[in-house]
Amino acid sequence: MNIIEETHPPPPAKLEPDYLEAGHTVRSWLLTTDHKRIGLLYLFSIIFFFFIAAVAAGIMRLELLTPKGDLVLSETYSKLFTLHGVIMVWFFLIPSIPTVLGNFLIPMMIGARDVAFPKLNLLSWYLFMAGGMFALYAIIAGGVDTGWTFYTPYSSRYSNSHVIEMATGIFLSGFGSILTGLNFIITVHKMRAPGMTWFRLPLFIWSHYATSLILVLATPVLAITLLLMALERIWGIGIFDPRIGGDPVLFQHLFWFYSHPAVYIMVLPSMAVISELIPCFSRKQIFGYKFIAFASLAIAFLGFLVWGHHMFVAGPSVYAGLVFSLLSFLVAIPSAIKVFNWTATLHRGSISFETPMLYALGFIGLFSLGGLTGLFLAALGADVHLTDTYFIIAHFHYIMVGGTVLGFMGGMHFWWPKITGRMYPEKMGQLAALVTFIGFNLTFFPQFILGYLGMPRRYHAYAPEYQVYNVLSTAGASILAVGYILPVIYFIWSLHKGKKAPANPWNATGLEWQTPSPPPVHNFYETPLVVKGPYDYSPEEEERKLEERHG
Amino acid sequence: MAEATNAIAEQFDSSEQQHESAWLGLWAFLATEVLFFGGVFLGYIVYRHVYYESFVLASRTTNLVYGTVNTAVLLTSSLTMALAVHAAQVGKNKNLVRFLILTILLAITFMGVKGVEYYEHYKDHQIPGPSFVLKGAPEGELFYYFYFTMTGLHALHVVIGIGLLSVMALLAARRRFNPAYYTPVELSGLYWHFVDIVWIFLYPLIYLISRHS
Ligand SMILES: [Cu+2]
Repeated sequence: MNIIEETHPPPPAKLEPDYLEAGHTVRSWLLTTDHKRIGLLYLFSIIFFFFIAAVAAGIMRLELLTPKGDLVLSETYSKLFTLHGVIMVWFFLIPSIPTVLGNFLIPMMIGARDVAFPKLNLLSWYLFMAGGMFALYAIIAGGVDTGWTFYTPYSSRYSNSHVIEMATGIFLSGFGSILTGLNFIITVHKMRAPGMTWFRLPLFIWSHYATSLILVLATPVLAITLLLMALERIWGIGIFDPRIGGDPVLFQHLFWFYSHPAVYIMVLPSMAVISELIPCFSRKQIFGYKFIAFASLAIAFLGFLVWGHHMFVAGPSVYAGLVFSLLSFLVAIPSAIKVFNWTATLHRGSISFETPMLYALGFIGLFSLGGLTGLFLAALGADVHLTDTYFIIAHFHYIMVGGTVLGFMGGMHFWWPKITGRMYPEKMGQLAALVTFIGFNLTFFPQFILGYLGMPRRYHAYAPEYQVYNVLSTAGASILAVGYILPVIYFIWSLHKGKKAPANPWNATGLEWQTPSPPPVHNFYETPLVVKGPYDYSPEEEERKLEERHG
Repeated sequence: MAEATNAIAEQFDSSEQQHESAWLGLWAFLATEVLFFGGVFLGYIVYRHVYYESFVLASRTTNLVYGTVNTAVLLTSSLTMALAVHAAQVGKNKNLVRFLILTILLAITFMGVKGVEYYEHYKDHQIPGPSFVLKGAPEGELFYYFYFTMTGLHALHVVIGIGLLSVMALLAARRRFNPAYYTPVELSGLYWHFVDIVWIFLYPLIYLISRHS
């Protein structure tokens, strides 16, 4: 791998400033090619988009307090859930962990100075922001009412909203995602430090590698699908148009061929974070390293074969339904393997409950519940009853929020000292994690019941018998909001008032902890030489073995 | 070798590492492109299966001469591109510039032929829309919709290729490449071959299959 022939002279040790001190001008941020700074650019951007989409959700929850549609018009409500879906999916969840933590950590974890293509990395961010601007324009100009799925013929023919602008935004940010995935794949292949073999890679890397494969292989299908939809809208006819023999169901096939794997783009990086947190706060080797590593790849692969479960009510043939149902059950297996391995890692570990660990444990519980309710939906018969109800909403929020957001929050707390050089206030962190967990469950658990009882999604008014659960859900949402706002406040507070962070506050084993906090511009004063695996959490044991071997 | 060392970006340890990264990066990008074209190719194949007779009838109204000429033009351009990469490899800078320009000219020829072909479709009312006429093939309009979408996307890639190769020709004229450093030429070549291969699939799909059955 690393053939060292023409080495750069390393910067004089200790003289290199940390990456935050390396420049204070706006220009030094907007033109940076440092993966750590680009990670922070993404952090600010996605938090901004998150709060826009969260406000939309807040208005929807307020509307749903009462059965009558008395706060917003039906049309406005459609625009609100479209905004919430589009922004959350493409401008928060998909970029969240990979572009912030992935960008910051992947080069450090493999002992590299940067990603393989730093300029391309910056270009990704600009594409993402250009996409974001188109999306914002579509929202400000009047919004989009198609739902985040853009089903034809509504999107291509009947909707009078800003579909093209929104699709352009998604197209551009998708291009950014593809380049990020590409960058990560090449970085993992070509930039590993001497001694960093594939099976010494932290599981964070394996999971991001699998995510990147999906980004590179699935996102282009979304691009062509949106392009064909937009073309149909502009041209007046198209391949999804029944008037010339086209079939709108083909749009659904193409859309879900991307959008099911996209679920794993969102959740694999969160699993990446959890695989780092669990061993560190149990002080144990991860259980079943190779199982978890290959489970990531299995998820990436199987995820491409199950898109049909989103279309059980679109009239597939009996056999297609059967096969997609079966495959959807199969895709649960690698996820379950991971959950069992994390649980086995906890077994007889010396567990402590710092904030990141609270989020990690929350993740395991909520993700499991989200995954198990997914089996209801993979079952053809049950799905017909539950499709387009709040059961679906609850199910995927358990995965998206309970999975991805909790993983993101856990990771942010865990690596905050590394990123900023400051500690966050631990007690506040634990409180926020608890509030988030309670608020989340109160928001979304009632929606399982609502859906089972038959309340359809995407309406601003509903039958009065559903009100109790909706009130519970809205109450939960306000608690959840506190859980989100608290960390923003104390993170900002910690930048000036937080305790200075040592290089390795958690006594963790990853390479990123063996360099100062915050790290120098080129990450390490000298390229590390890797001699052991990533979760070397029982030093006494290692010592004893070494002595035996030499004695 | 002094120049080659200058060309190493600071994140890499060696020119070899840099070269392999760039190479692998372009392959990953081409994988993305395959899936991008794959979506619309899949649609074409599905509909061709469903509306077999209409699609066969409509495909017979395409212009086989233009299609074949363009196939020959693109294949030749792949050859000149390969020769350009070889010239860069052995350090014959003049030849490199010549072959790059030849490739660009062939690409422009391709676009010219395609333009004439589009114009004739326009004259024959074969552009999908209110003025579309094709007797005897009820789904002929769908066929032509695919025809324009697929060849249009391909043409867009040819135009990008022309831009890319022009930049390479300009850099080569300024003697920016040598046997120790010519990765950009090599990668542009790989991209150009990919654009050709897309056409190698388009040509039979649109012009050839079931033409004489
Ligand atoms: Cu799915």
